[in-house]
Amino acid sequence: MKGNEVIAEAAIRCGCDGYFGYPITPQSEVMETLMAREPWDETGMVVLQAESEVASINMVYGAAGSGKKVMTSSSSPGVSLMAEGISYIAGAELPCLIVNVQRGGPGLGTIQPSQADYFQSTKGGGHGDYRLIVLAPASVQEMNDFVALGFDLAYKYRNPAMILTDGAIGQMMEKVELSDFQTRMTEDEIESKTGSWATRGKKKNRERNIITSLELDSEKMEENNLRFQEKYQRMEAEEVRYETFQCEDAEYIMVAFGSAARICQKSVELARAKGLKVGLLRPITLYPFPKQPLADIAKQVKGFMTVELNAGQMIEDVQLAVSCSGCSVPVSYFGRMGGVIPTPGEVVEALEEKFIKA
Amino acid sequence: MELQEIMKPENRVYEKPKLLTENTMHYCPGCSHGVVHKLLAEVIEELEIQGRTVGVSPVGCSVFAYNYIDIDWQEAAHGRAPAVATGIARVNPEKVVFTYQGDGDLASIGTAEIMHACNRGENMVVVFINNAIYGMTGGQMAPTTLIGQVTSTTPCGRDVGRNGYPLKITELIAQLPGTSYVTRQAVHTPATSRKCKKALKKAFQNVLDKKGTSFIEVVSTCSSGWRLNPVEANQWMEQNMFPFYPVGDLKDAEKDAVEPVLEKELKN
Repeated sequence: MKGNEVIAEAAIRCGCDGYFGYPITPQSEVMETLMAREPWDETGMVVLQAESEVASINMVYGAAGSGKKVMTSSSSPGVSLMAEGISYIAGAELPCLIVNVQRGGPGLGTIQPSQADYFQSTKGGGHGDYRLIVLAPASVQEMNDFVALGFDLAYKYRNPAMILTDGAIGQMMEKVELSDFQTRMTEDEIESKTGSWATRGKKKNRERNIITSLELDSEKMEENNLRFQEKYQRMEAEEVRYETFQCEDAEYIMVAFGSAARICQKSVELARAKGLKVGLLRPITLYPFPKQPLADIAKQVKGFMTVELNAGQMIEDVQLAVSCSGCSVPVSYFGRMGGVIPTPGEVVEALEEKFIKA
Repeated sequence: MELQEIMKPENRVYEKPKLLTENTMHYCPGCSHGVVHKLLAEVIEELEIQGRTVGVSPVGCSVFAYNYIDIDWQEAAHGRAPAVATGIARVNPEKVVFTYQGDGDLASIGTAEIMHACNRGENMVVVFINNAIYGMTGGQMAPTTLIGQVTSTTPCGRDVGRNGYPLKITELIAQLPGTSYVTRQAVHTPATSRKCKKALKKAFQNVLDKKGTSFIEVVSTCSSGWRLNPVEANQWMEQNMFPFYPVGDLKDAEKDAVEPVLEKELKN
């Protein structure tokens, strides 16, 4: 199955209550698959094509405010349009899932794959001090797995979660083991899980629930911000996910996520065949970022090279993590932009150029 | 009649609606918001739907509407209330959802959201407060500002060449097949307030009957923004607003025998 189709199937299977979206290449198959599957008959899931990304994220905001399990998907320019809504969702502390199947930018850019929205996804994108839980799948299998995981984390922290993928994985066809069907939450289950805050209709036995990010009293607004920051700290302590590949004896570590990590797996094999001791560290959660694992590994290696389908964005987080370790290990970058995907050989050449021949 | 006798419950002719909270309203003297809030609270109480009603408040003077009516609320970004309400209504078909929006929110920044929500016939009520000005930000020109009307961004009066025409968005909304009831009301006299309440009640009943979108414009005053005292503001509204924004029903699917499009689907 195609990565985008798997997102749709996984949403139905994990008991999602609603999807709101707007067509944009290279992710339109998500909504097309949902519409063809007609989940409203099967599970009762609502699927709605909105008039814009601005509307679709606000539909998600509304539906999430009522405690329901809802999501949207888009690609880079569409996610920019959603930035306002995402900030409101984070500020109102609502759970939801946003899928960004990235394409090259800036502007209208290209429809080819890219990872140029790393900053936007991990550092904000919208206004205000907020964070998203950002999951970066590197296979179609993970496109399936991260839908349910994203929702679980979103509810655990009452925070929007994002699957940050790209056109390559969205369009790629791979074998996949789909998750088992989970029934949608019953009204009673939603009530017990979200009744203390969700807009489910005011009952006699409680105060009215108000979903808002507005607080004009600056002292109270600071309190809200401190609460968000405390939550983000907990995420950093508990939710870091990453994978290592041949790092045990490695002298050089490539750091790459998503489709770039898939390329790097092959690059590691090619480098090893040349006798170079190269490993790969793949961040799975881009926020929270695997700072500690990088700091730990920094003590045993001669250099890092981030491989990114952008101008070098994640490199800043790697540099920070490595510098925090106290080791002065060089951190370098190799990448292509604008939708160009490097070959595994090109990556190895870049590594040799930067570390071996230098 | 002695004071003590007047205060007996059986002699009571008027009381604060139970669903209005004890919070002191922040609205200026003469503002229409307070009356419309009261009517909404009465209608929700009389229809006994407090436990299933969700209000969506806008950005503008009524941003704090959630402080005043004792129901669950969600605060929307500027203009996005119809999309937020769509999300709530779609995944909660048993809930009664309404938006409460001003003219800057609904007819300017949120034009796309309101047109499409009404065109889809989302099963909800839209309460549209039109005072022809941006009240909260200090009296700037709104899309509904009348030709020649003085505002802080049209100090010499709205000029068509520079600012375009006032937008009769309610007339546009009435053209959309998704709407079942579109009306324009006012609340400046007891008589018009009673009529407005009747319209609001009909609109909420339409949602209970799954009839699609009901849209109620309330032509309103903004004495602060208009730089008039409340009495003068009412007079100015009658003389200037009503000729351009005439009060009355624009569409009633029941009377006009129009089949609301989404009826079948929404009943599922």
